Amino acid sequence: MFRLDAGSGVPIYRQLMAQVRQELLLGRLQPGEQLPTVKEVVDALAVNPNTVAKAYRELEHEGLVRSRQGLGTFVAASPPAATVAARPALLAALTRWVRRARAEGLQAEEMRALLAVALDEPSAASDEQASGGVA
Amino acid sequence: MTAQVLDCVGMGHRYSRRGPWGLRDCTLMVPAGRVVALIGPNGAGKTTLLHLAAGLLPATEGSVRVAGARPARRLERIGFAPQGAPLWPHLRVRDVLGIGAHLNPRWDATLASDRIAKLGIAPRARVSTLSGGQRAQVALTLVLAKRPELLLLDEPLANLDPIARRAFLASMFEACTHSGVAVLFSSHVVAELERICDDLVVLADGRVRLAGDIDRLRRTHRVITGPVGWPTTTATQPATVPNDGSQARGWQVISARQAAGRTTALVRIDTHLLAGPGLDAAEPTFDELVLGYLDQHHPDQEPSQQDLRSQVEAPA
Repeated sequence: MFRLDAGSGVPIYRQLMAQVRQELLLGRLQPGEQLPTVKEVVDALAVNPNTVAKAYRELEHEGLVRSRQGLGTFVAASPPAATVAARPALLAALTRWVRRARAEGLQAEEMRALLAVALDEPSAASDEQASGGVA
Repeated sequence: MTAQVLDCVGMGHRYSRRGPWGLRDCTLMVPAGRVVALIGPNGAGKTTLLHLAAGLLPATEGSVRVAGARPARRLERIGFAPQGAPLWPHLRVRDVLGIGAHLNPRWDATLASDRIAKLGIAPRARVSTLSGGQRAQVALTLVLAKRPELLLLDEPLANLDPIARRAFLASMFEACTHSGVAVLFSSHVVAELERICDDLVVLADGRVRLAGDIDRLRRTHRVITGPVGWPTTTATQPATVPNDGSQARGWQVISARQAAGRTTALVRIDTHLLAGPGLDAAEPTFDELVLGYLDQHHPDQEPSQQDLRSQVEAPA
């Protein structure tokens, strides 16, 4: 399930964390489901086992996953972040926005850049908090 | 605090009484289960450091301890694989392992034969007929079967193709996970080290330039882009804001380069750093961090220390 982007400059443990969060948001990882074991990730990516363990530890600290001694790491029963599917209004609004941007001739790359700017916008900071940080 | 497998304090080695120093003032700790990359150009002192830790060279100054004693008294706990996996080319693989068994009191014959079988290497094959990747794996098997606490690998990834490299790393990581061995390995290639190591040690001209946990080091550095002339012009210094309300201690310019009308500098910070007017700050990538330290233009001079407080208090 994991892929690493060596050119992104993002620390590897944070790349792994972001990918688990993304899978949760998209509903592809369900509560109670097991994450790949550290050994499986190490074998697949040739990555340091300590790095994988660190990513899982941080995710556990955020309450998204739970490690069970000797069994592995599992998605928490009720992960704090709501899935995208549970936010149809937000998705619909975003879809309308994308349609409008496309009508104005914007490419996907430019839309992503705009979204990144909007996320960094100080006036959006409180709204982002209010919506539980779902981006 | 966990016991250090390797503990060097002010360690140095001089090749002859009036000769050059191979390594000076090296303080370094490697706890169990950590993977530490030793990075630096050829001649930086990487092999000297590994030889000191392996007990092959005496420390001219300072001290080096492996599991609490001098390396020479801990040889059975140290697995050292020299550069290029120099094995006896005319011997068969099983004879190489036989020599290992004969020389090492802690030898694990089952581990050795299982590993060779798993790798698909015929025990009766002669070393000279093996590929570079297979030879590296036999050399790794030779040191792993010692059941070492400290694994010292000199340029283990050099001359390995991507597939062999991946297989070698998988073997190394498996050993770390199962036996908690501490690994110190050298490399003159920076690419992909980020996914391999926990800590890095940057060596240049026989001195440690940078050492520590890679994530922590990235958090305490910034790549700052500013106008040409910065950071020598004091008009646009970045501001450091302490997280804990104490005074800002300052920042250090490690290296700076000019290109396309902008200056890009690697800066070490003590605390949270905000970009100043006309400056953009970003956390460095692994490569930017390492190359910034290898790229110091005046390696014998200390990087310029900027004290923010004195700047703030200086009359405008």
